[in-house]
Amino acid sequence: MSAVIPALGPERPLTWPPRLVHRLPNGLQVVLVEVGQLPLVRFQLIVRSGEACLSPVRPGLAELTVSLLRSGTARRNRHQIDEDLRRLGASLSTTAEPDFSSIAVRGLSETVEPLLELLAELVRWPVFPAEEFERERRQVLEALRVERVTPAFLASERLRAVLFGSHPYAVIAPREADLQSYRSEDLVEFHRSAYTPVNALLLGVGKFRAGRVIEQVERILGDWHGQAPSAPGEPEAAPRRGRNIHLVHLPGTVQTHIAAGNTIVTRRHPDWIPLSVANALFGGAFHSRLVMNIREQKGYTYSPRSQLHPLRRAGYFRIDAAVRSEVVAATLAEIFYELDRLRAVAPERSEVEEAENYLAGVFSLGLASQRGLLSQLAMVYLHDLPEDYLETYRSRVRAVTPDDVLGVARRWLDSPHLAIVLVGDARLVGDQGALFGELTVWSAQGEPLSRSGGSVG
Amino acid sequence: MATQTIPLALPVEATRLANGLRVVVSPDSTAPVVTVGVYYRIGFRLEPPGRSGFAHLFEHMMFQGSEHVPKMLHVRLVNASGGVLNGSTNYDYTNYYQAVPSNALERVLWLEADRMRALDVTEENLINQREVVKEEVRVNVLNRPYGGFPWLDLPPVAFRRWPNAHNFYGDFSDLDAATLDDVRSFFETYYVPANAVLVIVGDVEPEFAFSRAERYFGDIPARPAPQLPDVSEPAPNEERRGRVAERFGRLPGLAVGYYLPPRWSPEWCALVLADVALHGGAAARLYRDLVLDRQVALELEGGIQYPLGGPFDYDGPALLVTRLLCKPELAPEEVLAAYDGVIETFAAEGPSEDELTQVRTRLRADYLAGLEGGWGVPWFGRMHLLASFALFDGRPERVNEALDPLIAIGAEQVRAAVQKYLHPLNRAVVVREPEAHP
Repeated sequence: MSAVIPALGPERPLTWPPRLVHRLPNGLQVVLVEVGQLPLVRFQLIVRSGEACLSPVRPGLAELTVSLLRSGTARRNRHQIDEDLRRLGASLSTTAEPDFSSIAVRGLSETVEPLLELLAELVRWPVFPAEEFERERRQVLEALRVERVTPAFLASERLRAVLFGSHPYAVIAPREADLQSYRSEDLVEFHRSAYTPVNALLLGVGKFRAGRVIEQVERILGDWHGQAPSAPGEPEAAPRRGRNIHLVHLPGTVQTHIAAGNTIVTRRHPDWIPLSVANALFGGAFHSRLVMNIREQKGYTYSPRSQLHPLRRAGYFRIDAAVRSEVVAATLAEIFYELDRLRAVAPERSEVEEAENYLAGVFSLGLASQRGLLSQLAMVYLHDLPEDYLETYRSRVRAVTPDDVLGVARRWLDSPHLAIVLVGDARLVGDQGALFGELTVWSAQGEPLSRSGGSVG
Repeated sequence: MATQTIPLALPVEATRLANGLRVVVSPDSTAPVVTVGVYYRIGFRLEPPGRSGFAHLFEHMMFQGSEHVPKMLHVRLVNASGGVLNGSTNYDYTNYYQAVPSNALERVLWLEADRMRALDVTEENLINQREVVKEEVRVNVLNRPYGGFPWLDLPPVAFRRWPNAHNFYGDFSDLDAATLDDVRSFFETYYVPANAVLVIVGDVEPEFAFSRAERYFGDIPARPAPQLPDVSEPAPNEERRGRVAERFGRLPGLAVGYYLPPRWSPEWCALVLADVALHGGAAARLYRDLVLDRQVALELEGGIQYPLGGPFDYDGPALLVTRLLCKPELAPEEVLAAYDGVIETFAAEGPSEDELTQVRTRLRADYLAGLEGGWGVPWFGRMHLLASFALFDGRPERVNEALDPLIAIGAEQVRAAVQKYLHPLNRAVVVREPEAHP
């Protein structure tokens, strides 16, 4: 066998399947793509209202609303809905994000029409039965109590609070008191205002005839009516200065979860793509600087990573690593070393090209599965990206230069003002956090325990 | 009657190289992308006694360098070709897979062949990955609520023989005891062409794939496939009980595992359908009764070999598992009694014809969706089933036929199999018990 690495073959052209983009007279936007070898379909109905759209913010209300759509309609009760889904070979999932709420179904090509009818019924005529509301509230309450002892959740909660201050994006989950205060009428009201065709987007991918599906959608959803909800305000600039360290004390933990980050730009901003390249070579790929350093050389952690998180009206950069508690300071030192190196020295062209190949290639993988394609479509239409975003993404990634990477790292990966969250047992972490900046210690319930010094009584 | 459906006809072509390596190709032109998997028929069931966790630690070592590929170059070349990769360890297999734009196919085959031929790792690599694996165990098991529940908790209670019953993630003392000699000997015993299957799915012509498989893997020396020991378990005929402390959560967890008959026996086929009737979504009997109606459980999921696999990817003693979290105001025994009520009713009445029709449809839809999908890896499910059917049944073509004997099962067969196998004397029960907090 040859010791020479085989060269890459010529790159194959990548053709995105044609999209049928259509707006119904009632304002509903529909995007359909015919794709797939197997007789499967996926539909996702998204309303552009999520957890961050109510003022004052009512965390968890959008999630309760969307997850209870399936709990009963004017025509079918909960059990009938569950059985009818099974009869259609369909499964249903719901989620509420800060900017939107989504109900998605996967099913079989042979039963597209009844599946769309059921989806439309859940979206248009849910009744939010009182007993289902109480059951779901209890389940969410207990699930939250589990989250409150889960390091990764506590890290996300504190980091978002630090990054977004008083903006609704700062809150990722309700408090128990929030949940107790909600009434099923609140869900009815949220549904009435947010679930309207002009506020909604229907995506479909699968083995179907798009022209036929459009006719079915027009018949099933054409007489859906409603007004656009009032738009939420813009996030205020976060005047966060200095390295703030936040330690969330979770007794009994044997590892410390480090999360750190900065606010950046939205996905529509021209810096997003150079930032994506910077992130890929910093910590976004398996073969990236951070992973090579703190995993493959130092053995501090199993799954270190960095990611860009797009929100509709903001974005943030985030580093995560779960490490044994005695190497918290050592890991932070390496994180700062890698961040500062990215800000100080332009990367070699070859390293940038490898990161660009990675992003371009992984993007093309999305095309090969219905779920991948659906998530790419959702990204384009939820972030109001240009119609040719998918088609031009790879060439725009490949146009990024080492100086572009250096530029966005200096503008956005703001290590002097990095927000740092540690979730661990304060007795094991000790003073390691305070070495890097002003330290605040929190309980897992979110109460401040002390500031600076790092000791817990 | 089940609705008339178009039979599955995914293209599958298979061959065997002279050194014993099986090669399976399934072309798909949806996108210019190819997914390559190498599956070895060695999992944590067969790791050496005194070396718990070794099969998984070894999986990490396969990324640490081979004859022409220094540590992490494999990862770098796949990422720089626009691809993603990973590996995993399970009861009876260890897999390594990558999805790349199809112009990188030859590069990936070269990389996989190099580490099949000659792993080349150092003491330093071993120490480094031992630390990484310990952090993996901490993040996935020790440092989170309900970590390892029930996949690490059930086997020691359910099984009597070490291969089936030990800690698959590894005791830290066993991980520390692993030596470079262990790594070499494991590699030489199990990582031989005749004990592996190479699967290629996606944008490729079978002829080209076979010729390149021959080019890169063909001269790896043939060595005998390892003799796999008998790992069968004595028939239980008792209810086995265990308790494990839960350090973070306040809800008691309850896990039940029923011993399964041999794969593809008529009773096993019936239990695959019973599994869907019990665990397949919100309409399934257990979720509907215990979570929605009686509300004694707050979460409930389950399945054959849940959560580590499914009906088709193991070859040894196996369990039909239910995992649930109890309402804190109830004793786990009360929840278990409610659970038993659901099973007893099912054993007495069996599925209705309408229910069975729904269950068949759901089974078929889930199977198709599994073939179609993946977690960021296109055709992961198709690759996985082709490899599993090749390794455990010697028939990758089964990917197109697997549903047939399942769909043919009738209501009375389901009822009889439930009555016989989902019985308290044929199960293990583990309670995950919250520690008292001050």
